This record gives sequence, structure tokens and C-alpha cells, in this order.
Amino acid sequence: MDFFLLLLTSGIAVGGIYALIALGFVLIYKATSIINFATGEFMMIGAYIFYTCTVLVGMPAIPAFLMVMAGAGLLGLLVEKTILRHMLGQPTISIVMVTIGLSSILMGLAEIIWSSDFKSFPPLFPRAPIVIGNLIIRSNLFWGFVVAMITVAIFALIFKYAKIGVAMRATAGDQMAAFSMGINVRSMFTLAWIFGSMAASIGGLIIGNIGGVQPNLGGVGLKIFPVVILGGLDSIGGAVIGGFIVGIIENLAGGYLDSLVGGGVKNVAPFIVLVLILMFRPYGLFGRKEIERL
Amino acid sequence: MRIGDYKESYAADEAVFSTPTSRFWLGVLFAAMAAFPFFAGDYLLYMANITGIAIVAALGLNILTGATGQISLGHAAFIGIGAYTSAILTNRFGLPYLLCLPLAGLAAAFFGILVGAPSMRMKGLYLCITTLAAQVIFEFLFVHWETLTGGIRGLNVPAPEVFGLKIDSEFSFYWITAVVVIIAATVSRNLFRTRMGRAFIAIRDRDISAELMGINLFRYKLYAFAISSFLAGIAGSLWVGHLRSITPEHFPLHESIRYLAMIIVGGLGNILGAIYGAIFMTMIPELLQSVLKYFESMFPQAMAFLFPLQTVVFGLLIVVFLVFEPHGLAEIWCRIKNFFRLWPFKH
Amino acid sequence: MPILEVNNLRLAFGGLQVLDDVSFTVNEGEIYAIIGPNGAGKTSILNCLGGFYRQQAGDIIFTGNDISSLSPDRRAALGLARTFQNIALFHGMTVLDNIKLGSHAHLKSGLLDTLLYWGRAHREEMKLREEIEREIIDFLEIEHIRKQPVSTLAYGLQKRVELARALAMRPKILLLDEPVAGMNAEETEDMVRFILDIQEERDLTIVIIEHDMRMIMDISDRIMVLNFGCKIAEGTPGEIQKHPEVLKAYLGEKRKHG
Repeated sequence: MDFFLLLLTSGIAVGGIYALIALGFVLIYKATSIINFATGEFMMIGAYIFYTCTVLVGMPAIPAFLMVMAGAGLLGLLVEKTILRHMLGQPTISIVMVTIGLSSILMGLAEIIWSSDFKSFPPLFPRAPIVIGNLIIRSNLFWGFVVAMITVAIFALIFKYAKIGVAMRATAGDQMAAFSMGINVRSMFTLAWIFGSMAASIGGLIIGNIGGVQPNLGGVGLKIFPVVILGGLDSIGGAVIGGFIVGIIENLAGGYLDSLVGGGVKNVAPFIVLVLILMFRPYGLFGRKEIERL
Repeated sequence: MRIGDYKESYAADEAVFSTPTSRFWLGVLFAAMAAFPFFAGDYLLYMANITGIAIVAALGLNILTGATGQISLGHAAFIGIGAYTSAILTNRFGLPYLLCLPLAGLAAAFFGILVGAPSMRMKGLYLCITTLAAQVIFEFLFVHWETLTGGIRGLNVPAPEVFGLKIDSEFSFYWITAVVVIIAATVSRNLFRTRMGRAFIAIRDRDISAELMGINLFRYKLYAFAISSFLAGIAGSLWVGHLRSITPEHFPLHESIRYLAMIIVGGLGNILGAIYGAIFMTMIPELLQSVLKYFESMFPQAMAFLFPLQTVVFGLLIVVFLVFEPHGLAEIWCRIKNFFRLWPFKH
Repeated sequence: MPILEVNNLRLAFGGLQVLDDVSFTVNEGEIYAIIGPNGAGKTSILNCLGGFYRQQAGDIIFTGNDISSLSPDRRAALGLARTFQNIALFHGMTVLDNIKLGSHAHLKSGLLDTLLYWGRAHREEMKLREEIEREIIDFLEIEHIRKQPVSTLAYGLQKRVELARALAMRPKILLLDEPVAGMNAEETEDMVRFILDIQEERDLTIVIIEHDMRMIMDISDRIMVLNFGCKIAEGTPGEIQKHPEVLKAYLGEKRKHG
């Protein structure tokens, strides 16, 4: 029973972090309908900026964090302005492939700049594990979860109440209508990329803080696909629920099955669940079938 | 210079190599392919072999993704299935290589149909994610189903034998590759001269009106999955025959992406494009390597950048082609040809 | 003799009632027009006939068989062909391939024939090409563009290619969704001539949706008028022009604006 609770709590903690990364994906998808396969690489770049600022330059954590936000924002801005703007009206396959190409570029560049060795951050949080009852949670995981949840909440609030968030939602709902209401649709697209990149990079910081930074850190980003398909591509709430489901499933499956098949279950379990769910609900658990027109 | 386009029958108009000029160049191509191994050294023959294998796989992906419009992120996994099938049939059952080749294709086609089956109810992104899931799941099986796949150590196979001859050199394997490439290209071309190829393109262009025109979407998507993974399986079997060893590392996600890059750079949905793309993308690592070798005297660690530089270049090619040259190398080639067709009387 | 019978058709999207209890019968060989203001549900009827929309209630009898539960591709194979309001050609193909695609359901060659392209597949494709040239390309006067990609064609020609593709489906009934919308006078005249020729020479039944009233009154045998998803009138052009409901809902409205 204790083992189960242990797996469950770490599943929830990891799930919260997945939710944040998925948010980075959903923010962009919602506003622009673009499926960003480079979300994981946005995470990785954020983590490397933080590493560079703290370890190589010697900045304290807070200014380094601000640098990450600035860097991530700039990355999102550049990607939207230089690449995706040219892809407006292109078929989905081309747009998906462009983001796949982008992820390849970022991953290669990171390895050229920072090499493929493991890098780790200076300790950010108190080292002592968190004890709840007779459950023990690793401190980095616990604090990572807390930061992730706070970030998700902030983004959700911005989206729901801030003027700019409302404008973004309007754009997501109906581009033409938003345009005629005087909303600058193009700048909303740019903004979505900036926000999405920022959310992903915070996720990258958390993952990097837990497990170190490497050019293939972005591989974690692939897990957002089970998350968003479970949760629905365009809903922040769905991303959170999907994140928790995936986090819990992979921890339980890994905990109980790894010894039977020799490891690796954590990475494959979410995809098996994904396939099973899509067989019965082809538009995900919470997604809706779109009404198609001729 | 040749001008005009005059034909006497519809049959002549439908023929692929309809003019004497194009037939002449086809003959030259075949002659060059036949003469090549007698002049080329082992390195060039090795390059020809891996390029040929890439062409077969790229032709397969071109049918599914390029022509039918279903993005597959799992092509490498299907190549892997073909490779493992071929190796297992050789090692356990001692089947002759020429039998393993089509059986590897069939095995991959079977799994292709399995992965394509959800396309009855979903499309676009959801299907693309399903192929991603297939890639992840098959990779997991390659590593963890140790009794069958040999785990991370992989499998070794003896050199294939064909008609009593041991195919154990680059020179001898070249003939197998060449024949398979010619068959694969011919079969792909034939496909697009008939109702099946037209149905594929119709599904890509407008699936709803394709259905209203009498095309059973589900059946044709499954055909596309089956043919595409059949060719991938054949490529996998060639891979095993050529390298004589396989490990799961040979079939990762970024290999799937490399094949997507091939058909994009070559020109989506275009058979010649898939061939150009496969050739181009196989040469790039070699090109990069020679460039880095050149710099090695100045920067001793230059070679360490080979792999990441390759990753960057692959990504850049995908992006640059999609943004600036969405019809790929095939279109560029056509422009060059058209320029010279009327040259020097351009105007 | 009726070729198509539609009984009590109902269609709704969420709370929006698009078609409300619509029934009509089309006789073999006639030109049957469906008219009505924008949003009256005209195209939705064609979408139900083709199987793209599934009606909540009502059935569709085509050549004596209930086709209500058949998939769109099966219906096409039975002889229901249509053109689209917003042209729906396949942009990656030439004119010729678009037309050939229309014959898809009537070709027999299977996977292996196709891959080898000898024997049956080859003979079949040759025969198809000759038939299309003789009966469609020649007839619709599009010889000069047969090898062009459809995306490079002018609007009026694209509409004509769509008609060609529908004819290649060897239909028993042809559903035309606004065949002359957006065309200039000359193009409209050509299209009307083709439609009349098709009906006369090939004994085809035609269901047509159109906003061009003059054309509709000229060529239709019978007309049905829809308003807000309900059938409000049916009859010959002469009857429709005098029908009080129609004048109120449709023509009256026009006059007010004019």
C-alpha cells in the first residue's frame, strides 16, 4: 500500500509538471491551430539558458530566471516571425513538419553550443525531502510540482481575466470576428508563441532541476501528445487533467511492471494508453468531433 | 532542343517514357547503373547500397505521406520490423534471403495495416500521433522482447546466399539493391497511373469530396499504409542483408524524421522527388564529414560536431524547403530541364 | 416514373433545425430545381442525398432502393453524382486525372493489377481514357486543358471540369449545386447549353440548385421552394412564379430590396 501511495504521489507531482509543458503546447495550438512539435526543445533551451546564467555566468537564481523568460520569449517571437508567418494557409502536414524541423535545429544547436554532457543546476530548493505522513517525496520533485502548479494558475488567470488573455481567447474562438472587433490577430499569434515558449521553458527548468540538462531533454516533450490527446487539444483544464492521468499511469506502470520486462515501461505506457483510448474515443477523452463543412 | 508534343494515340500519350529522348536517357541510366560497380571502389559501392535502401524506404513513405497525406512518424519502426523479421527468419528457420525479402515486407505491411486501422475514425493530427505511438511502442519491443530481438545487443546474421552465391561484398550486394530499387520505383510509378494512385491523391487533396466520388476512404488509407510499410519492410530486409547486424538503435524516431525530410526535400508526392531526396539526404552526412575533415587541421575536435551538425542541417533543410521550395528538388530539376529544353531560344 | 424519392427528411445541428420534414419526388429524365433564400437548406439536401450529412429522420429511395444508411462512396457507385458550390476539385491532379477519378467506382483493377500495370489494369486504363476523351472531354470542349493542373484554370473552366468529373461517374442522377454562380453571361450560357445537352442526349435526371432565377425558370421542369428548412411550394415554373407563399418569402423579399 505504501508503495502504491508513493507511486501515486510521485505520479501526481510529475503529472503537474507535464500539465505545465502541455500548457506550452496548448497556448499555441489554441490561438494559432499549430501543432508545435518543438515544445520539448523550447523546454531544453530554457533549461540551458538557466544553466548558462547560473553556472557559467554566476547569476543568482531570480535574475537568471528572468533571463530565461526573456530568452524564451525571444525564441517564440523569432520562430513565429521568421518561420511560421510564412506558413499561413499551408497544409497541416507542412506546418507540422516545419516544427519538427525546428526541433531538430534546436537540438543540434544545443549540442554544438553546450556539448552532449550532462549539466546540472546549482541547488535551488532546500535539499531535505518532504515528508507527508509516512510518505517521502524528493524535494526537487515536490518544489517542481509547486512551481508548475503556480505557473499553470497564473497562465490560466491571465487567459481568463486579463485584457490580453481575453483577446487571445477571442482570436482562438473566431479569427475573423476577433479581427473585426479590432483585435490585432497577427500580434495575438506572436503573443501565443511567446507565452507558449515561456510556459514550456519553465517546464524545462523544473525537469532540468530534477534530472540534469542534456540536448535530448526535449524528448520529455513527446509525452505532451498523450497528455493533450487525453485532455483535449485546446483546453487548459484538459491539459491539467491529462497531465495528471499520464503522470500517474506512467509511475504506476513503471513501478509495478519495470521489474518484469527490464525497464523502460515509464516511457511507453502513456503511448499504449493513448492508443487504447483513441481506439474507443477517436477525438480523445474530452475532445469534440468538429462539424465539417464542404 | 526539342519542341512540341505530338502523339498519335492515347496509349502513346499515357506511356511514361513516351518520347525517344526520354527512352534514350532511361537507357543511359540503366547502362550507367550496370557499369557503375565495375569502376567504383568499395566506399562508393557502400554509398550506393545505403542510398538504394533509403530510396526504397522513401518511396514507401512517399506513398503514405506524400501522396495520401497521412503523416507517419513511425516509418523507421516499420523498417525495423522488416529488418527483424528478415533476421529472425534467416537465423531461426534458415529461410533463403530471396524469400525473407518479401516476407519481411509482408510482416511490415501487416503491422502497417494494424497501425492504420484507427484511420477509419480519425484523421490528421490524431492519426499522426498514433504513428508516433507506434514508433515508441515498437522501439520498446525491439529493446525489451529479448528472446526474439536479442535486446540492445541486437542480432547478427550470416551473409545472404542467392542462387548458391554468397553475397558478402559491397559489389555483390549492389546487384540486389539495384534490382529492388528498380522494381520499387516501377511499382510506385504504376500505382500513380491507375485508379489506386488517383484515389490516394484525391484523399490527400479533399477527403470528403473523394468519398462523394465513390472512394472508400478507409480501404484506401489502409492500402496506403500497407504498401508504404511493405516497402519499408523490404528496405529493412535489405538493411539486414547489407549490414548483417541490427540493433534497436538503428530505428529511432529521428530516423523516421529523416525519411520525412527526404520526401519533403525531394518533393512531396513525387516519385522522382523521393529518389532525389533519398540520394541527397544520404549524401549530406558524408559531405559534412568531408567538410569537417577539412577543418580538422585548424580545430582538432571538429569531428565531434558531426552528429549535432547533421541534426541541424536536416532540420534546416526541412524548414527551408517547406518555406521557400515546397515542391522540392523535383520541381527545381523540372525548372532546369525546361530552361534547357528550349535553350537557346528562350523567347 | 420516380427515380428519387425523399420522404420526411429532418436534419438538425445541435439546436439548429436545418431541414424540417422535407419530402419530394424527382422523375426520371426531368430537371428538378431547388430554390430558396440563403440558409434555406438547399445544399444540406444535397449533402443528405450524397451521404455526407446523416439525417435524423426520413428516408431516401433511389431507383427503388432505400439508400439512407449507405456510405457516401456506395451511393456514388449506385449513380449519384454531384458538383459543388465551392469548387471541390483535387488540386494536386491534372484535369484529365480529375475526370478519370470520377470513374473510380466503375473500374475493377485491384492492388496487384495496379502495381504490375499489365493485363487488366493497362487495358482498363486505356479504355477509360478513350471513353473519357470521346464522351466527356470532346463533349464539354476541354481538349485544350486536359493536361493542365486544375489549380491553374479560370473559375468558369474549373466549374466545367467539375461537371466533367461528375459525368465520368456515369451517374443516373446529377446533383448540381449552383453550377453558374459567379460566372459571367457568356460562361453561364455555355454551362446552360451543356446542362440541357446532357439531359437530352444522355437521358439524365438533374437536380439543380441555383440563385439565377431567369435560368431556373428557363430550364427546369419542376421547382421546389425551400424557406428556413421547410418546403413551401412545388410546381412548374409558371406555377411557382404566381405562388403567393413564394412571392412573400422569396421574390417579394427581393422586390423590397430592389
